Amino acid sequence: MTIRYLIQKEFLQIRRNSFMPKIIFIFPIVIMCVMPWVMNQEVKNIVVDVVDNDRSMYSQRLVHRIEASPYFIFGGQQPTYAAALKEIEQSRADIVLVIPQDYSRDLVRGRHPQVLIAANAVNGTKGSIGSSYLSQIVSASLSPRSGDSRGVSQGAGVLNLYNKSQSYKVFMIPALMGILMMMLCGFLPALNIVGEKETGTIEQINVTPVSKWAFILAKLIPYWIIGMLVLTVCLVLSWAVYGITCQGPLGLVYLLSILLALFFSSLGLIISNYSDTMQQAMLVMWFFVVCLMLLSGLFTPTRSMPSWAYATTYINPMHYFIDAIRTVFVRGGGFGTIAHQVFALMGISSVMAVWAVLSYRKNH
Amino acid sequence: MRQFVSFIIKETKHILRDRRTMLILFGLPVVLMLLFGFAITNDVKDVRTVIVTSQMDHQTRQAVDRLAASEYFIITATVSSPGEAELLLRHQRADLAVVFGKDFASKKSGVQLMVDTSDPNMAQQWTAYAMSILSTPNTPNTLSTPNIKLLYNPRMKSAYNFVPAIMGMLLLLICAMMTSVSIVREKERGTMEVLLVSPVRPLMIIIAKAVPYLLQAFLILVIILVMSATVLEVPLAGSVGWVIVVSLIYILLALSLGLLISSVAQTQFVALLVSAMVLLLPTVMLSGMLFPIESMPQVLQWISAVMPPRYYIQVMRKLMIMGVGIREVLPEVCILCGMTLLLLMVALKKFNKRLDS
Repeated sequence: MTIRYLIQKEFLQIRRNSFMPKIIFIFPIVIMCVMPWVMNQEVKNIVVDVVDNDRSMYSQRLVHRIEASPYFIFGGQQPTYAAALKEIEQSRADIVLVIPQDYSRDLVRGRHPQVLIAANAVNGTKGSIGSSYLSQIVSASLSPRSGDSRGVSQGAGVLNLYNKSQSYKVFMIPALMGILMMMLCGFLPALNIVGEKETGTIEQINVTPVSKWAFILAKLIPYWIIGMLVLTVCLVLSWAVYGITCQGPLGLVYLLSILLALFFSSLGLIISNYSDTMQQAMLVMWFFVVCLMLLSGLFTPTRSMPSWAYATTYINPMHYFIDAIRTVFVRGGGFGTIAHQVFALMGISSVMAVWAVLSYRKNH
Repeated sequence: MRQFVSFIIKETKHILRDRRTMLILFGLPVVLMLLFGFAITNDVKDVRTVIVTSQMDHQTRQAVDRLAASEYFIITATVSSPGEAELLLRHQRADLAVVFGKDFASKKSGVQLMVDTSDPNMAQQWTAYAMSILSTPNTPNTLSTPNIKLLYNPRMKSAYNFVPAIMGMLLLLICAMMTSVSIVREKERGTMEVLLVSPVRPLMIIIAKAVPYLLQAFLILVIILVMSATVLEVPLAGSVGWVIVVSLIYILLALSLGLLISSVAQTQFVALLVSAMVLLLPTVMLSGMLFPIESMPQVLQWISAVMPPRYYIQVMRKLMIMGVGIREVLPEVCILCGMTLLLLMVALKKFNKRLDS
């Protein structure tokens, strides 16, 4: 029953540290309240400058349509294309629309005037999405009269499943929970053990009859408990602040999170067992975390990756977690739908856990 | 001066002997550049598509073939009812289902797309691509689409956007985190006292600590620039001189930030957490590196206005990718200079106080 006292010791240590309780409680709340607003890849508020060489009623109408669109902000008229480019260079505009001289004449005669859209594509997504929105508006106004009805009849009907309001927050909140688990259950235990190494207090533990399983479990259990508490706070916040609730069974969310916590705390332990200073541990940990996170499909779809990068997702636990938690949280899937991910996570985590315990040595 | 140089040598040896940290510090930029350059893309590719149709007639087959022929979609299954398709979507076996109505062949309409909108942005793009492919031959009177010209980045490579961002993040990480930790570590171990009683002035000790990191940051800057020009084929459109000058200002800013952290933090643990969690996360999130600033709520836009990396990344995007002159980025550079001066002054003031007490 020594493990109970060890856990008690860890909790006391966490509580008496002036900084830890703050990080543990304030960090998740700030992340949950701020990040969903930030993690927004919607393209909007694109500033459009217009070079109107026609100056007719038709070109005015086109400009009004752009102004009315929710995506665009009308930046102003520019006398020449060169002047408009200058605006882009000073990042006061994102897109330039050049209306040719004979725009209204061509339009009336049923010809197709050559409108030019020049977009700042340094940010590729923004440039391409912005210019395609704009070209939709332009082509709608190019097809005279029937312009309004045309777009509707031509396209196919679209049925949006699962995230009906198309809110990016719904997509990101489950991922944020993963990030928090990773931070709290990965970084903190790693720093904790290296910290004991650096201050030399680990020697005292090494000479006690505590077995290494007990020691490591006692180190990890407090962080798992904290992780679960934080997860609960996250779920409550996402319901209270954003009105977003889990579509599937809540138990699965906890199961997935505990598996992820197991993986990251094992990773943290392995790293701390192999490093001598906090700085090393932190950097190595940071390195792995960034790679795991970026390649997990958290921000960008994994299917868009080249095949060598896609191959790494088979051993990336974060990928399984993100896939599964989105299925449960957003799509409302049950255990049957995510069994494959759960077993994969379980397998990877248990390998890491065994490695973590084996790599910890009481003697040098 | 000789004492100062020997202090720098001491610090350099500290860094050089920690092989693992060195390896990470130089490996990190390389790996990040490769990841962002090649692996992290938002392109629509290999969207797993399910075809739902009760009878596969000629017209349907043609439409399906058009979808399959494009590089965006791969047909993973053909099922007979929408219910089965939804099950596939829910099980994550497919992203998009194309439902052909019974009378598709005769009317050439009645196509419905079922899309997994969990990721709304990608879903929008998938449907737009699918619709344009499905509808092409149905409208022989081609709409005249306007000419679109993508300036500066005609192939829409994401590396163009990310290279400046990675520079902004890494320089801050290395300068702020590494210097603060190296100062706090001396405090924690008690060796700072030894240094302080040496004949070198305290300020000189700190500067000597910063110099090797400055060199290291500079080296990493060179690695990034060379890699982006050779491996990622991102052109260096602007003048290299100005890129380096602005980067040096930014490095100085990061160093003073590190100094400030080290005077606030008493233990390595706190210094690490402050620089990694409190400093780095806002840097990545609020500086416009991954997420566009214009789409944020107003309050967060104000917060992001005090994030130094935001200005640095903007300047770098303009100087490196758009190739504008220094005059176009003067406002941002001035803000960066002001922030550097302010931080340096606060940091030095704090530092002096700490020594007195």
